[in-house]
Amino acid sequence: MSGAAETPMLALQGVHKRFGGLHAVNDVSFSVAPGSIKAVIGPNGAGKTTLFNLIAGNLPVSAGTIAFLGQEIQGKKTHQIARLGMARTFQNIKLFHGMTTLECVMVGRHVQSRSGFFSGLFNLPSTWREERAIRSRAMELLDFLQIADLAHVEATSLAFGQQRAVEMARALAAEPKLLLLDEPAAGLNIYETAEVARLIGTIRDMGITVLLVEHDMSLVMDISDEIVVLSFGAKLAEDTPANIQKNAEVIKIYLGEDDAG
Amino acid sequence: MHIKKNLSLAALCLVTVGLHLLTTATGTQFYLTQLTMAAYYGLVVIGLGVMMGYAGQISIGHAGFFAIGGYLAAALTTRNLFAFHDSWIVQGLNSLGLLVAGQDIYGAQLLTVTPWAACGFAVTVAALVALVIGVPVLKLKGHYLAMATLGFGTIVYRVFLASPYFGEADGISEVPAFLLLPDLAGFGPVTINGAADHRVLNFYLAWGILILGMALLLNLIGSRMGRALRSLHSSEEAAEASGIETARCKLQVFVLSAVFAALAGVLLTHFNGGIGPSEASVMKSVRYVALVAVGGMTNLWGTLIMGVGLTFLSLRGVFGVHDDVVFGTILIGVMLFAPKGILSLRLRELGRRLLQGGRS
Repeated sequence: MSGAAETPMLALQGVHKRFGGLHAVNDVSFSVAPGSIKAVIGPNGAGKTTLFNLIAGNLPVSAGTIAFLGQEIQGKKTHQIARLGMARTFQNIKLFHGMTTLECVMVGRHVQSRSGFFSGLFNLPSTWREERAIRSRAMELLDFLQIADLAHVEATSLAFGQQRAVEMARALAAEPKLLLLDEPAAGLNIYETAEVARLIGTIRDMGITVLLVEHDMSLVMDISDEIVVLSFGAKLAEDTPANIQKNAEVIKIYLGEDDAG
Repeated sequence: MHIKKNLSLAALCLVTVGLHLLTTATGTQFYLTQLTMAAYYGLVVIGLGVMMGYAGQISIGHAGFFAIGGYLAAALTTRNLFAFHDSWIVQGLNSLGLLVAGQDIYGAQLLTVTPWAACGFAVTVAALVALVIGVPVLKLKGHYLAMATLGFGTIVYRVFLASPYFGEADGISEVPAFLLLPDLAGFGPVTINGAADHRVLNFYLAWGILILGMALLLNLIGSRMGRALRSLHSSEEAAEASGIETARCKLQVFVLSAVFAALAGVLLTHFNGGIGPSEASVMKSVRYVALVAVGGMTNLWGTLIMGVGLTFLSLRGVFGVHDDVVFGTILIGVMLFAPKGILSLRLRELGRRLLQGGRS
């Protein structure tokens, strides 16, 4: 964090979000260094998903600034932010009904392709090459996530873990600079969780910065370079996994007063 | 994907020819008139089908766009501009070749807009209206979008019904034939015209236009923007996160479906030689929605088959005085027993569902 000369991938400065009387996110500031894995943890209701929705542009901030690659993005629309190189997955999986796995991932290529409404309507030859490229890149990603055999199966009919993989493939298809993962291990067993941990490491090695929200402590402690702890909407701590594990306040909010004693 | 699409379209061409041969062989060529009309209504239904079934945006106001197309074409090609022939607008239009002079049955001078210019104007107006109302209305979802488009359809209906320029309750009659192509190769001119001696030509024109419209929509569905439309149907949030500008996509498909409806309105009005306010009525809009639902929402071929087939039966008077009752019943029945459309049903399964009281 300190003394980083290069522009942070993502920088939050004094971000607030109020829903009527509820102060869901209260003066949160942190930044994410390029090429790192950062995790946001906190008890239920701490404001983690709200924070994600602010970053991705699904919700407007009440105050504060969010900079993505040095450019302020608060107030921009979600699709504009996606276009700048941010992709995400969802805690409650949002795949597209009536589409095959392959088609879902092809939608992820949207920001990396250009054919418009009219060239689609008239099936102009100029779109053919692009369409082939979209398809083959999507197939590569299905291969990478080891779900290529499910390419032509309806995505919403897949098993839970496979649906998570499709979401991951869709997000990666955009070739993002920053990948937001909203509880990537939720609902997975320990083997699948270990698989996800390995996958996130691989994604980081591909040069993609990762910001994740997660409940599974083993996953977070294993893979994160840095951890931000939220409690009741405010930042409680920000440190390396090793130091977070020793932080008395963090232990208190997770385990309760007595156990921490 | 491409091969399957092209084969299906080729099959539709064969069906078209087959229908013609069948009516000729059985001496029932008069059916071609209703088949022609059904094809134009089919154009409205498939356009709405892409918007409703694939992009998930309901409209209970598409009869409004059909009527805007039909009424403007009718009014411009019949209303006499001779009284204004000194004004610069009329002079200008005339010098551009957009007006046609003639005489009415009493020998008085007539000056009207050519069908081509009227068609262009009518479809453009419908597209602009869709654009202007689409921006605020498409922010609504589900029932609210349905109510807003219903309101739009009602307004259009009332405007046409109340305007003397548009013939009030009588509508507009004596709309001239639409000269598409002059006599080029000695086969005679190509016109959209309901006269009996033009029946076969008009049948092929209407079905040709329907097949062309179908080809365009199938192209769209399979394209990058088609995937974008289908994705925003189930999750606008996930579509936006994938970089899709959902508001713009919805507007584009709304305008496209309005253009399909308006074009169908223009062509059918020339074919029928007139248009009345019932074409703008809410029952018509509900009927288009019902036909899309019966076809299976995300099944453009089902929508085409059901749209043309049921409309044909309705135009033949098979449902008698209970026409609207039949369509209402079909809508309820489909929603209960076959939410994926009639063609998706297997008969045995239908029997089982009926026994279970329609809980799918």
